[in-house]
Amino acid sequence: MTELKHQTPLIDELEKGPWPSFVKEIKKSAKSAAVQDLLGVLERSYEEKRGHWKHGGIVGVHGYGGGVIGRYTDLADEFPGVAEFHTMRINQPSGWFYTSKALRTLSDIWEKHGSGLTNMHGSTGDIVFLGTTTPELEPTFKDLTDAGFDLGGSGSDMRTPSCCCGPARCEWACYDTLNFVYDMTQTYQDELHRPAFPYKFKIKAAGCANDCVAAIARADMSVIGTWRDNIQIDQPAVKEYAESGKLDLQKDVCDRCPTKCMSWNGKALSIDNSNCVKCMHCINAMPKALSPGKDRGATILIGAKAPIIGGALLSSVFVPFIKVEPPYDDFKELIAAIWDLWAENGKNRERVGEFIQRIGLGNFLEQIGLEPIPEMISHPRANPYIFYEA
Amino acid sequence: MSAEPLKRKTDIGPPNYQQFLPPIIQENYGQWKYHEILKPGVLVHVSHSGAKLYSVRAATPRLMSIETIRLFADLADEFCGGYLRFTSRNNVEFLVTDETRIDPLIARLRAEGYPVGGTGRSITNIVHTQGWVHCHSAATDASGVVKNVMDELFPHFEAMDLPAKLRIAFACCLNMCGAVHCSDIAILGVHRKPPKINHDALPKTCEIPTTLASCPTGAVRTASVNGKQSVEVIDEQCMYCGNCFTVCPSMSIINAENDGLSIWVGGKVSDARHPPMFSKLAIPFLPNNPPHWPEVVSAVRNIVDVYASHARKFERMGEWIERIGWPNFFKLTGIEFTKFHIDDFTHAGETFARSAQIRQVPA
Repeated sequence: MTELKHQTPLIDELEKGPWPSFVKEIKKSAKSAAVQDLLGVLERSYEEKRGHWKHGGIVGVHGYGGGVIGRYTDLADEFPGVAEFHTMRINQPSGWFYTSKALRTLSDIWEKHGSGLTNMHGSTGDIVFLGTTTPELEPTFKDLTDAGFDLGGSGSDMRTPSCCCGPARCEWACYDTLNFVYDMTQTYQDELHRPAFPYKFKIKAAGCANDCVAAIARADMSVIGTWRDNIQIDQPAVKEYAESGKLDLQKDVCDRCPTKCMSWNGKALSIDNSNCVKCMHCINAMPKALSPGKDRGATILIGAKAPIIGGALLSSVFVPFIKVEPPYDDFKELIAAIWDLWAENGKNRERVGEFIQRIGLGNFLEQIGLEPIPEMISHPRANPYIFYEA
Repeated sequence: MSAEPLKRKTDIGPPNYQQFLPPIIQENYGQWKYHEILKPGVLVHVSHSGAKLYSVRAATPRLMSIETIRLFADLADEFCGGYLRFTSRNNVEFLVTDETRIDPLIARLRAEGYPVGGTGRSITNIVHTQGWVHCHSAATDASGVVKNVMDELFPHFEAMDLPAKLRIAFACCLNMCGAVHCSDIAILGVHRKPPKINHDALPKTCEIPTTLASCPTGAVRTASVNGKQSVEVIDEQCMYCGNCFTVCPSMSIINAENDGLSIWVGGKVSDARHPPMFSKLAIPFLPNNPPHWPEVVSAVRNIVDVYASHARKFERMGEWIERIGWPNFFKLTGIEFTKFHIDDFTHAGETFARSAQIRQVPA
C-alpha cells in the first residue's frame, strides 16, 4: 500500500463498519498525488466542519460548453495536488450495462489522466471522473472518444438522458427504454454538448410506473411506460399465490388497489380493466401471475425538478398514451415544439415546469398545439378569475 | 490558426448499449416472463423461452476507485462471462447464468467488503451527492453521513424485513443534486446564514443579472459598493439556499458554526398504490458532528424503527403517515413539532388542515 502523506485520524474512523467505505476507496487510489492531498483536504473539512472547494472558471474541451465542472481547493498552498480537481461527466451506456473490458478501458484512461476516483454513477446518470487538471482535459477526451465514449451534459443544456434496465432485464418494460434513450442522446448531441437553453433539460425513461429512474420527480420530460388493454392474468398462478400463505389476495392485493377495480372470490381474480390506472401494485405483488397488457406504450409527463429556483415540482401529464417506436418522430416533434417555445420565452434559470407555471398550462398547450384534456389535471380550476378570450 | 489534430472526434455520443448485453439478454430481450427474489440481493428473471438470468446485487459506496472497478471486472470475468451493470441507486449487479456460481460470488463480494442485498422490502443504497469530497456549496459531508447511516441500518440491507421498500436519499444542500425530495427518508444539508459577499472579487467573477435571477425570493439586489457594481442581500428575505453562490463564487454560503442537516419523510416516486409524493419536513435541524454524526444516525434510526413496527404490509412511509395522520407521526416518533414545520412559501395554504376532521385525544 502507498504511504500516506497526511495523517487523517477523523476520516480513518470511517474505514470501520460493515458498509463499504469511501475512505478505503480514496486510499486505494493514493498513488495519485492529487488523491494524497484530497485526503488532507477532507480531513481538514472534518476538523473544521466546512468544505474547501471553489468553483467557477470556464474549463472544458474544445468546442463543447458542457461535460466538465471546474473545481479548485481554497487551500491550494497547503494541498497543491488538488489546486485543480475538475470533474468530467462521461455519458453512460443505456441502462448502465458494461462488459469487464469496457470498465477496464475506462479505468486505464482515468489512471493515465486523472485521480483514479469515480462515481458509478452521478445523480443524473453519467459516469463521473472525479479530479483532474485543466491540461489533462483534452487528452482524456481524446482517449475517451478513441474508446467510443463521449462527454455528458452540464450547465444550461440537455442533460444526459437516462433509463431503467428496460426490456433487457425486466418483464414490466412497456417500451424499449434503452433504445429510446440511446436514440434521443444521439439525436441531440449538439443540445447535449453546447448549452443554449434557459436552463437544464432532463429526459428520463422508465419502463413502467414503478419508475426506477425517478423520472416523475427529476425529469423535465418523464416518459413512463404503461398499457391500454387488459392486465394479463394467469389464474392458476394467482391461485398458487393465494395458497402459498405469503399473500392475502383480498387484503394485500384487492384492498390495496387505488381504484378498487379488482375482486377475488377464492378461485379467480377478476379485474375491471376500464377502471385500472396501471399503478403496478398488483403486478408487483404477484409477478408470476400478472403482467402488463400487450398494447403497450408510455405516458409523457413534463416539468419535474428539485426546489431551485421556484420550488420542487413533479411532472404532470402531457400525453396520456403514446406508442414508443423508432424513429420516435412524435417525440422529436414534441421536443422541438417545447424547446422552441421555452428557449424563446423562458427566463434565465427557469426550468420548463416553472415556465409552464408562469404562463399557464392552458397557454402552453395552445402554443405547443396540443388539445387540453381532463387527464392533464387532478381537478378543474376552483377559482373564477378566468382570462376569457371572447 | 493552431494546428488542430485532424482526427479529433466529437459528438459521437455514448457507446451503443447492445455491445454490453450478455448473450442471454440478447436472446431474451423483451421476452422476460416474470422474476422472483430468491434471497436478499439475488433476483432471477425467467424468460418465456425458459432461460434464467440471475442478478446478484452488491452495495458500492458510489465514490469508487478504479482499483475497485477493476476488481468488479475481474469478478465478472470469473463468475459471469464479464457482464455486469450498475443500478440507479449505485449498486452493482453481476449478471449470472450459472446458478452454482451465485453463492461463491456472494462469498467473494462479502470477503472484498461489498455486501449483497438491497432487494425487495429492504433499505437499499442511499442515493447521494458529493459533499466535502468535491462540492463548493455543501453544508455537510455526503459520503460520511451515508456511511454512518448505512452502518447503523445495515441489517435492513441484508434482510427483507420491512413493511415495504424504504428509500433513503441524501443531498448536501438545497440544490439537491440527489433530488432527494421524493424519498421515504431524505437527509438534507442546510445552511442557516446569508451569504458573505466579497465585493472586491464579485465584479470580476460574477455576472450580475444571472446572480439576481438565481434567488428564489428576490433577496439579491444590485448595489454600488465603493463605486463598483456589486450586489446586496436583503437578509430577512434570504432562506440560505446558496443558489447565488452556485452562480457567483464571490457569495460564500459556507458557515461552519451554523451549517447542519435536516430530515424529511414520506416521499415516493413510484405510482404503485398511491401517486408520487414529496418528502415532508420531520426535523428542521441537526448539528454537523463528524466523523460519526450520532444525532443524524439516531434520528434516522428512530424513524425507521417506528415505521417498521407500525406500518402495515406494503405501506411505504408516506402511505403509513397518511393513514395515521401527522399528529400521530410526531407523537409516535417523539419528534418536536415547531413553527418551521409550517410552510410559508408559495402555495403554503394548501398544506394547512382545512377541515375539522381531527383525531381528538380523549381528556
